[in-house]
Amino acid sequence: MLFVKSSLKSISNGVVVEVRSIAASSLKVKLLEMGITEGKQLKVLFRAPLGDPMAIDVGGYILSLRNSEAELIEVEPILSVI
Amino acid sequence: MRIALLGNPNTGKTSVFNLLTGLRQQVGNFPGVTVDKKVGKLDIHGENHELVDFPGTYSFYPRSGDERVVFEILSEPKSELYPDVVAVVVDASNLERNLLLFSQVYDLQLPTVMILNMTDLAAKQHRRYDVDGLRKMFPEATIVESNARVKTGKSRIKNSFAELKERRGDLFLEGELLNDSDLEGQEKDAERRFAKIASSLKKIETAQEEKVSPTSKVDRVLVHPVFGYLIFALILMLIFQFIYAFAAIPMDFIDGTFATFSSWTASVMSEGIFTDLLTKGIIPGIGGVVIFIPQIALLFFFIAILEETGYLSRVVFIMDRLMRPLGLNGKSIVPLISSVACAIPGVMAARTISDRKERIITIMVAPLMSCSARIPVYTLLIAIVIPSKVIGGFMNLQGLVLFGLYALGTISALVVALVLKWVIKTKEKGFLMLEMPSYKAPRWGNVGLTVLEKVKIFVWDAGRVILAISIILWALATYGPGDKLENAEKMARKQAVEQELSESESSQLIASMRLEKSYIGIMGKSIEPVIEPLGYDWKIGISVITSFAAREVFVGSMATIYAVGDDGEENLPLIEKMKQSKRPDGSPIYTLAAGASLMVFFAFAMQCMSTLAVVKRETRSWKWPLLQLGYMGVLAYLGAWITFIILS
Repeated sequence: MLFVKSSLKSISNGVVVEVRSIAASSLKVKLLEMGITEGKQLKVLFRAPLGDPMAIDVGGYILSLRNSEAELIEVEPILSVI
Repeated sequence: MRIALLGNPNTGKTSVFNLLTGLRQQVGNFPGVTVDKKVGKLDIHGENHELVDFPGTYSFYPRSGDERVVFEILSEPKSELYPDVVAVVVDASNLERNLLLFSQVYDLQLPTVMILNMTDLAAKQHRRYDVDGLRKMFPEATIVESNARVKTGKSRIKNSFAELKERRGDLFLEGELLNDSDLEGQEKDAERRFAKIASSLKKIETAQEEKVSPTSKVDRVLVHPVFGYLIFALILMLIFQFIYAFAAIPMDFIDGTFATFSSWTASVMSEGIFTDLLTKGIIPGIGGVVIFIPQIALLFFFIAILEETGYLSRVVFIMDRLMRPLGLNGKSIVPLISSVACAIPGVMAARTISDRKERIITIMVAPLMSCSARIPVYTLLIAIVIPSKVIGGFMNLQGLVLFGLYALGTISALVVALVLKWVIKTKEKGFLMLEMPSYKAPRWGNVGLTVLEKVKIFVWDAGRVILAISIILWALATYGPGDKLENAEKMARKQAVEQELSESESSQLIASMRLEKSYIGIMGKSIEPVIEPLGYDWKIGISVITSFAAREVFVGSMATIYAVGDDGEENLPLIEKMKQSKRPDGSPIYTLAAGASLMVFFAFAMQCMSTLAVVKRETRSWKWPLLQLGYMGVLAYLGAWITFIILS
């Protein structure tokens, strides 16, 4: 499996990732406050019927993010769950 | 002393507030924002204290207009509402994220209480934490555990306010209070705090090996591409069935009670202006406010359940992508659909939308959705101008027209939203970032208090405006310049004698001729040149003006003008009279073109002072309701005019 950095938006459901960085944006501080910090493990849970927004597990709670928000988060997959 | 209650959303902050204050709550305004300030009274060992409920936020620093109050009041010791004590509700099942806000508030150096809530959920998720460890993290905070949903911890929390620890300058993180526009500083602050929180929590929190999101299985169905929407549609249908089935009973009762009370008052008081004011202005005016309570209460009863269970956030999740291109939010769906019953609770339900622009757009378009008050107007007009024919083998033309009017309302709401998206400028960037709480059984106490709060807001805040306007409308319909009204009455009596009318027929004639000569009658006649291009005469003009009180008043006004009894049910005499009414040149007034034009007018026009009063209340300014009145008026006039031209 290829371990490459990519944006959270492109991660498939069920995949666990680790946050590498958050792009500079006025939304960055908001994402940080929701608990999405560097090194944090996230799990992509499911997506809304049109593929947007997506729901992720952030340390035990479910957060929904629009794709435009998930795009700001650079992650690296650490474990693949089928 | 004044205690500020803070906390993240979905931590059970409302439950804690309700648990501590019960029914001793008052709703007010925070200065400058649209969020409600709930203040409750709290007895601690015989002393009276004040608990102020602040909006739920994830951080001390504001992200949206309504969150500003937390920062503005707590960073300014001179502010009027500056608390003596802060209490922060912390979700024990999600310590890490919750401790950001707590640590920020802790560093304000006010006596601080941590209410560690939802301890049962934490236990269910096999999260164990060491409260003594937390006490070491925040040595100058008082920490209590509670489970407000099941009403445990009340006395513990109260006692904690009596055992406050003195602040001696302990800080969780060294640093200054930041400026609210210093985003970079806030980013660093959040990162540094989370780093410290994470390392401290490692020692005191042990979670289950495999963290399982407990609600994933249910979510697989509820956000499913097919079942998700299907279930939502089903739930909506059930809610509407309930509202239509159950709201009608108390509404008829209220209607009847006020009518009886009014005529009873008239019978026991001596005749005069004051009696008239009371029996025809004030009592029906209050009745006009009270009549909305069943719908508001029922709708919020269901919305509160959906919210309490956590389902509402799933609805937002599946609707967000569909609503976004229109400048709306996933959360707009509930206000818009509620408006099909009545725009008043619809506009009030827009409160949940945190983005100001999306909220304003939702409020601005909600009254275009066809509300139940339009039904009597539509059915009357359809009965007059649309023939009852079957087309396409099974569809009734009249039903089809009614459906078309509903579609017209919905489509225009969406189109106007799209236009407003481009017109309204905002500095705030729209975002979703919505927490989807785990599913819970609703707490009936919380549901009940929500319903009570919404009804109170409507009756006190909007009710006053509604009452004032209904008294003005009554005065305009009852009085006229000079002795014109008396002369009209004399004429009517004379005619009644000549035509040998029965008592009820003659009183109908008197009412009709008095209305014609009243100020409203004069207004209706003077706007005739303006409404003539739409195909209306002055009689319709009068009814359009009076129906500003509420759309359904149109039917009653028409009945008065045509001097027929308003039987309230089938309106058969009125339909016959209207069908036969002719212009001076002998052509019928209610042609297909004029009738359709009038229906289109009612589909668009802001003929509801109650909604305007609520919009004023919810946006805290006259700007939005007046804009709404204006744009809907223009839309109504142009729409009706075009319809009339096309069909005639």
